[in-house]
Amino acid sequence: MFDFSIFTKWLDALMLSVMPEWLTLIIECVLVALGIITLYAIFAMVMIYVERKFCAFVQCRLGPDRVGPWGTIQVVCDVLKMLTKEIFSPRKTDRFLHGLAPFLVITASMTTFACLPWNKGAQILDFNVGVFFFLAVGSIGVVGILLAGWSANNKYSIIGAMRAGAQIISYELSIGITMLTMICLAGTMSFSEICQAQADGGWFIFRGHIVAVAAFILYLIAGNAECNRGPFDLPESESELTAGYHTEYSGMDFGYYYLAEYLNLFICAGMASTIFLGGWAPFVIPGLDGFNEIMTMIPGFVWFLGKVFFVLFLLLWERWTFPRLRIDQILKLEWKYLVPISMVLLVLMALCVSFGLTF
Amino acid sequence: MANKTYFAGLVGGIKSLCTGLGVTFRELWTPKVTERYPENRKENIIPERFRGTLVMPHNENNEHKCIGCGICQMQCPNDSIEVVTEMVETEDGKKKKILKQHIYDQGKCMYCMICTRACPQGAIEFAPEYECAVFDRQALVKTLNQPGSKCAEKPKPAKPAAPAAPAAKPAAAEPNGAAPAATPVAPAADDKKAKMEAAAKKAEENAAAAKAAAEEALKAAEAAPEDAALKAAAEEAQAKAAKLATVAANFQKKLAEM
Repeated sequence: MFDFSIFTKWLDALMLSVMPEWLTLIIECVLVALGIITLYAIFAMVMIYVERKFCAFVQCRLGPDRVGPWGTIQVVCDVLKMLTKEIFSPRKTDRFLHGLAPFLVITASMTTFACLPWNKGAQILDFNVGVFFFLAVGSIGVVGILLAGWSANNKYSIIGAMRAGAQIISYELSIGITMLTMICLAGTMSFSEICQAQADGGWFIFRGHIVAVAAFILYLIAGNAECNRGPFDLPESESELTAGYHTEYSGMDFGYYYLAEYLNLFICAGMASTIFLGGWAPFVIPGLDGFNEIMTMIPGFVWFLGKVFFVLFLLLWERWTFPRLRIDQILKLEWKYLVPISMVLLVLMALCVSFGLTF
Repeated sequence: MANKTYFAGLVGGIKSLCTGLGVTFRELWTPKVTERYPENRKENIIPERFRGTLVMPHNENNEHKCIGCGICQMQCPNDSIEVVTEMVETEDGKKKKILKQHIYDQGKCMYCMICTRACPQGAIEFAPEYECAVFDRQALVKTLNQPGSKCAEKPKPAKPAAPAAPAAKPAAAEPNGAAPAATPVAPAADDKKAKMEAAAKKAEENAAAAKAAAEEALKAAEAAPEDAALKAAAEEAQAKAAKLATVAANFQKKLAEM
């Protein structure tokens, strides 16, 4: 498995040899930021295309197929349209908060995006409390959503924002507990160490067997609710609230929410593949050396993206199957079902780990 | 879910969710219904009954069936049809109205199909043509009869051919004579309602008789499946019965309106 940190260390050493340390740091920061933003934009476009195609196929349609081969240029056109639209904010809005809200959402989304382990050694944010950091930064997004609803001075926006608040804060609980279940198994909160442990000893979803599979499903449900998607798209339920909390946004301000929504989905899938499916760790079966060698030859980022798109498939499949829940049903699902079950799973996992019942 | 226990509700809910997932997963692989319109215009099949535009079919001798009665013009709720006729004298000295121009303004048409239903000759019908957009509204005004066309001579009324079905023959032949006799009664009479009632009754009797005859013919045909003539006769008798049933229903409808 190629270690990407060899390349970054070489680059770092090369720049240090010709320029002072502070300049190296600045250049590296800019490069990393450019990398994040580029990947962010590319993946947002890919996701939008995938989602539109998938939803079309579920509904027995073909989806976009007019612009470019199989409609692949359609998303580019949509992005250009979004970029050229007027940014408009209605009278009687709280201008400052109205302008600030999308940036909070996009910042939260981009920072969590930077936590994803793309390859061995190719991780932007990695430290010993990575999972904790991920959860903490991820919840800034809800502040942006609440501000968007509040500042717009619009009943639909505020209803959507309140729903989003109630829903996201509730579901963060079960996300946290399911992640804790897996941390229990991993024994570390650092994403790189979690991935390394899975590369050395097998994916956690296999090592944690039944409990891990249950936690995986629970994580997918809660993650979907965190992204305001699927059956949990109440905050923007377009049939009742026009567009929910981003009703009063236009142009790229709206585009930020749109981007963040899709990227949050990507991040949710990325986290699921990191803590359950091994991140960049290849699929190996102990004993089959020839097979394992071939699997190890596939680069890590291909593994990671493959897993992410597999989880994305599950999320999209579920999103285009189930009808929207009501707000009381959403809260009932969380507080009466997901939280108790995830707590039971946490206890079970702790028992499994302490009695050595994991693989 | 309220009257179920916690775990029964949970398991039931998961089961029903899995059913839904199964449905969408199957649907992912089914053939898609999307029509790629401009590319598929060659193989695009428009249903026969699609009301695209009004046409007047002409046969190979450039003859149409329109007799210029103007019923379609009178029936049209939108005034989209104008029938221009002229009186000519035939060879045997009779005066006859012939069609000069059948003008149809598609821009006004609402595709209700009343005109084609009202036409006593079946001279006009809707064609499944769908690329009707034009740049000038005047281009929507069409003359349906082709230049130099004329009304086709009426073909002789077809004889009820049932040579090999002795059971069907008398019954099927009788209503054929009776139904046309009943038809002209309705419009001309003074005591309309009474006569209409009589006509309706008669039409219904005819229909019932024809139906019975058709059933008998069908039985005969089933008894001897190798006999093609019997089968044809049975089919014809059935068609007649259906037609007479519609006539009877029409009478009932008119009666109800009076």
